Amino acid sequence: MTGRWSWFNITSVVVGFTFLYLPIVLLVIFSFNESRLVTVWAGFSTKWYGELFQNQGILDAAWVTIRVALISASVATVLGTLAAVALVRFPRFNGRTVFTGMVYAPLVMPEVITGLSLLLLFVAINFARGFWTVTLAHITFSLCFVAVVVQSRLVSFDKSLEEAAQDLGCPPFQAFMKVTLPVIFPAVISGWMLAFTLSLDDLVIASFTSGPGATTLPMKIYSQVRLGVTPEINAVCTILIAIVTSGVLIATILNKRRNMQHKHN
Amino acid sequence: MMRAITNRLVIIIPYLWLLFFFLLPFMIVLRIALSDLEYGAPPYTPQFSLADGWNVMWEKLGQLDFENFGFLASDSLYINSYLSSLQIAFFSTILTLLLGFPLAYGMARAPSGIRPTLLMLVILPFWTSFLIRVYAWIGILKQEGLLNQLLLWLGLIDTPLEILSTNKAVYIGIVYSYLPFMVLPIYSTLEKMDESLVEAARDLGCTRIGAFWKVTARLAVPGILAGCLLVFIPAVGEFVIPDLLGGSGTLMIGKTLWTEFFNNSDWTVASAIAIVLLVVLVVPIVLFQNAQARAAEAGR
Repeated sequence: MTGRWSWFNITSVVVGFTFLYLPIVLLVIFSFNESRLVTVWAGFSTKWYGELFQNQGILDAAWVTIRVALISASVATVLGTLAAVALVRFPRFNGRTVFTGMVYAPLVMPEVITGLSLLLLFVAINFARGFWTVTLAHITFSLCFVAVVVQSRLVSFDKSLEEAAQDLGCPPFQAFMKVTLPVIFPAVISGWMLAFTLSLDDLVIASFTSGPGATTLPMKIYSQVRLGVTPEINAVCTILIAIVTSGVLIATILNKRRNMQHKHN
Repeated sequence: MMRAITNRLVIIIPYLWLLFFFLLPFMIVLRIALSDLEYGAPPYTPQFSLADGWNVMWEKLGQLDFENFGFLASDSLYINSYLSSLQIAFFSTILTLLLGFPLAYGMARAPSGIRPTLLMLVILPFWTSFLIRVYAWIGILKQEGLLNQLLLWLGLIDTPLEILSTNKAVYIGIVYSYLPFMVLPIYSTLEKMDESLVEAARDLGCTRIGAFWKVTARLAVPGILAGCLLVFIPAVGEFVIPDLLGGSGTLMIGKTLWTEFFNNSDWTVASAIAIVLLVVLVVPIVLFQNAQARAAEAGR
């Protein structure tokens, strides 16, 4: 779609983005506030960041969260990529309808239902709740997001390339690894990043499936938010926002550079 | 031979995973929803167990009691929670559409050079924690918060508005959190649209607004539908937003389920709530899946 960019369009874009970004910007600004009150500006200070690194509870929770996110994102990426290949490459197999349903349903399933049902599964099979139950739960819901991201890249991939490799004597698995995987790799990486941030952000499913000793950062933040807004929470949130934003920006720039190089070649 | 095995594994591994961690848990929820509450661990007596075998299960199926569902129907708290969730989700979906459509439209009309940047700016908040974005609104909406300070300073109001801990804050929270989900599918349909169709309609005597309704809006319907479902379905079961931004008067079923489970430790009622919620959402979820499958087919 092209054409003039009218004042109406510019206004709706500006209004929309202001609404999307103003709350986050304000949150970041008030993390540098001197005063304990988060709504009255009393001068610039980084003291809340300093206090944060003294807070053992938050540091422990952050460490748990990072480990859960690393493991669950990696496993979910493998499983999600397999699921995407199954969906795109095998238009007919027994139980495909059920499979498609199980891949798409968790995308919109209310988190309270996913969390409750997984917890009841772990109780039913007598699996001790803690670090691993949270990790398994995160793998399950994020693999579906990975599958959708990879699927959209796979459908536009020319299958004949892989077939050509097979005709030239390459075994199917090797043909996939050498021909298809490099092409869909950017999608696999964004799938991993998506799974990582989903795990990093999740409060509801973690609260249901976690056990003693496995408090994640969102659970910690949530329990403090319930007591009130404090500059320390603003500081934690700012750090998380900074990590995620720089990750997304770096990925976008790398992707752009790759595309440019492709065009040059 | 080798090929057949690799092919099968590609399907079997994720299939088994999802059967075990997605489908089986729902069966367990259903089973517990049909059980009796008991104090202890686990706090329910199952009505049937897999060890009994099919014969016993059939026998017991006849004597299942639906008392948990009866309990949900008898207490107006639960019915009101469902109705109020549907109402809040419905109106916030409309509000999100009213804000999201012009944004998506404006983005699709933007010079093609800055479109990727705009797209990234919509996606970026999606990557940022939901909890953090909801939390950010507390400081803005509360009694001595930034919005009230601004309005008082501008002289628009004399006494601070009460927004936090009311349903208004819940609406703001949902629209804010789910806006990217509305904008992205609408943007992608509008971006692919052929502008010459609108010009043709104008040439044939359509007014500018007429051409918009007859061509642009109609072609954007798949995107609008996908966006609305992506907002509506999770919003019905939302917990974080009503819990942090809403007040004691805010009834939403996700919050009720959470309270039953964590505060009252009533697993059987929590499970029954989850089952009814799923039944309520089955139609929109199937619609969403069909739309997804069709989109995947179209990309082929």
